[in-house]
Amino acid sequence: MFFLLSVPLVLFSLGVVLARSPVRSALSLVVALFLLAVMFFLLDARMIAALQVIVYAGAIMVLFLFVIMLLNLQHEPVETARPGQRTIAGAFAVVFALVLGAVALRGLPTMPGPGVEVAVTPSFGSVESLAERLFTRHALAFEVTSVLLLGAIVGAVVLARKIPR
Amino acid sequence: MTTLAFPDVAWLPLLPLMVIGATALLVLVADLFSEGPDYDALGWLGLIGLIVAAVCAALLWNQSGSTLAGTLVLDRYGLFFTILFAVGSGLTLLLSMNYLETTDIRSGDYYTLLLFSTVGMVLMATSVDLIVIFLGLEVMSIAAYALAGIWRTQVRSNEAALKYFILGAFASGFLLLGIALLFGASGETLLPRIGEVAATGTGEQRLLVTIGAALLLVGFGFKVAAAPFHSWAPDVYEGAPTAVTAFMAAGIKAAAFAAFVRVFVDSLGPLAGDWRGALWILAVLTMTVGNVSALVQRNIKRLLAYSSIAHAGYLLVGMVAGGENGNAAVLFYLAVYTFMTVGAFAVVIALGRRGQPHEDLDDWAGVGLRSPFLGFAMTVFMLSLAGVPPLAGFMGKFYLFSAALEAGYVWLTVIAVVNSLVSVYYYVGVLVKMYMAEGGVEAEATSARPYLFAALVATLAGTFLLGLFPTPWFEIARRSVESLI
Repeated sequence: MFFLLSVPLVLFSLGVVLARSPVRSALSLVVALFLLAVMFFLLDARMIAALQVIVYAGAIMVLFLFVIMLLNLQHEPVETARPGQRTIAGAFAVVFALVLGAVALRGLPTMPGPGVEVAVTPSFGSVESLAERLFTRHALAFEVTSVLLLGAIVGAVVLARKIPR
Repeated sequence: MTTLAFPDVAWLPLLPLMVIGATALLVLVADLFSEGPDYDALGWLGLIGLIVAAVCAALLWNQSGSTLAGTLVLDRYGLFFTILFAVGSGLTLLLSMNYLETTDIRSGDYYTLLLFSTVGMVLMATSVDLIVIFLGLEVMSIAAYALAGIWRTQVRSNEAALKYFILGAFASGFLLLGIALLFGASGETLLPRIGEVAATGTGEQRLLVTIGAALLLVGFGFKVAAAPFHSWAPDVYEGAPTAVTAFMAAGIKAAAFAAFVRVFVDSLGPLAGDWRGALWILAVLTMTVGNVSALVQRNIKRLLAYSSIAHAGYLLVGMVAGGENGNAAVLFYLAVYTFMTVGAFAVVIALGRRGQPHEDLDDWAGVGLRSPFLGFAMTVFMLSLAGVPPLAGFMGKFYLFSAALEAGYVWLTVIAVVNSLVSVYYYVGVLVKMYMAEGGVEAEATSARPYLFAALVATLAGTFLLGLFPTPWFEIARRSVESLI
């Protein structure tokens, strides 16, 4: 089941990056986000799965598509990379992938493999348990998020408002 | 239906934070009712709020505690930085009050964002929860992105905001991935718990923590503008409105270091053997790249940007040295740096006029003789930045480098001292231009701009005070890092 989900997930994620047309890119992202939601569901994180669909696949994607349509983007302009930039970037990407791969190879054998059931409490992933964590242990983070959003709104309004003449 | 046991809220640790936050909201609302774009009262409101916050923090000096499930702590380390941020933001506010008149920036927006940014900075220094530290960093950064682009009619301000935003978001990604790995290894985001895992965890846990630490290093390295993550700094510093640049050089750098030191010493301390080597390289690269690039700059803001990169390198030397002396030296130097760099930018502002920023070094020719006060101020700041006794910059570097020497980093100290000598060339170059060249522009009398004058006097006083009587202040810095180790 895991591989049934993860292979298309990786393929669609690649589609997000590689697609030339922004619309195709955005639609690939929708599918990838949905697949991710199913994965959360399989992990018993039901609340997160629901939020993933509502917030990401729903609200944020609609916003993305609106922007794309409003801007009426046809094709991504051809990017101009400095000579050698691609090679250097590629080299760093390979090194980073090797490091991550090495970590994964060292760590994976110690992880419980597929088919091993990990016991979770019945309330795991429920709205109640999420709310409990959010409003006790992470109460400060929750409040600070509202400050962050307010600051971001002020910043956005400042930058997007019509310039007074 | 279960009821939530909301954690006990101790209000004292939150006090300075709430004062600044409330001031930000007050300014935001008062902006609606103020007349005209250059309404000084808003600036005064912000200034009073920052002073009250600093006084609150000073009064709490002998208190300790934590609140909201241990995510926010009241300790001297946090209080030291709270006061430093209040002073840094206050000085920025002061020099902005005259500066904004020469721009198209609406003052209400500007002060609100500045105060929001300060709220984020205080959170970064007082929290021991990685989630809150990250949120604080974002509160600070998002306000700073907007501030960089706040001069809407200036193309280079727009460019600076976009560059800062895109690269900053990229760096935040690194930071977040690092935090995720630390969480994965320890199952917690509280720094003390991560520290336990780093000290006594299994091999796999420690491996995850190490990789997480490397990613955090990238994230923080970007925010403090350490090479090789510095490339955004010159463009953003040059493009942003000068007062915002002063704020970025002093406040944001100090806040990034506050979180950097707390995370790496407090929770990743057991892995110091692993990250010291990386920081060593980072420090040498940062100092050298900053100083060598500064040699060829013709624009004073770019020059100061590279100088700020170099100073991040000196601060990293203190972090490599570590221990009580090394960390205390970092704190002391951040205080020193706040005064001298804000002062230097204040002189830059004093020389600019509406529509004519006069940032080219050629414009500065002969200014020292025509405006003796500005010349004197710039001389003090440049010599202090270069590390000439008896100014504050010298004492700061003395503490940093002697801590490195004590810790046995002889080569690092040698490289740092050589770098510091190289820097003398371009700092004195500015002075040579100001006193020994002809042409250039006429500076407006500082008496016509009272707030700017006040900011200059305050930064000059700070530079002399910390240089001539460093011992009590260093003692305060030492007390502040006691809670870390």
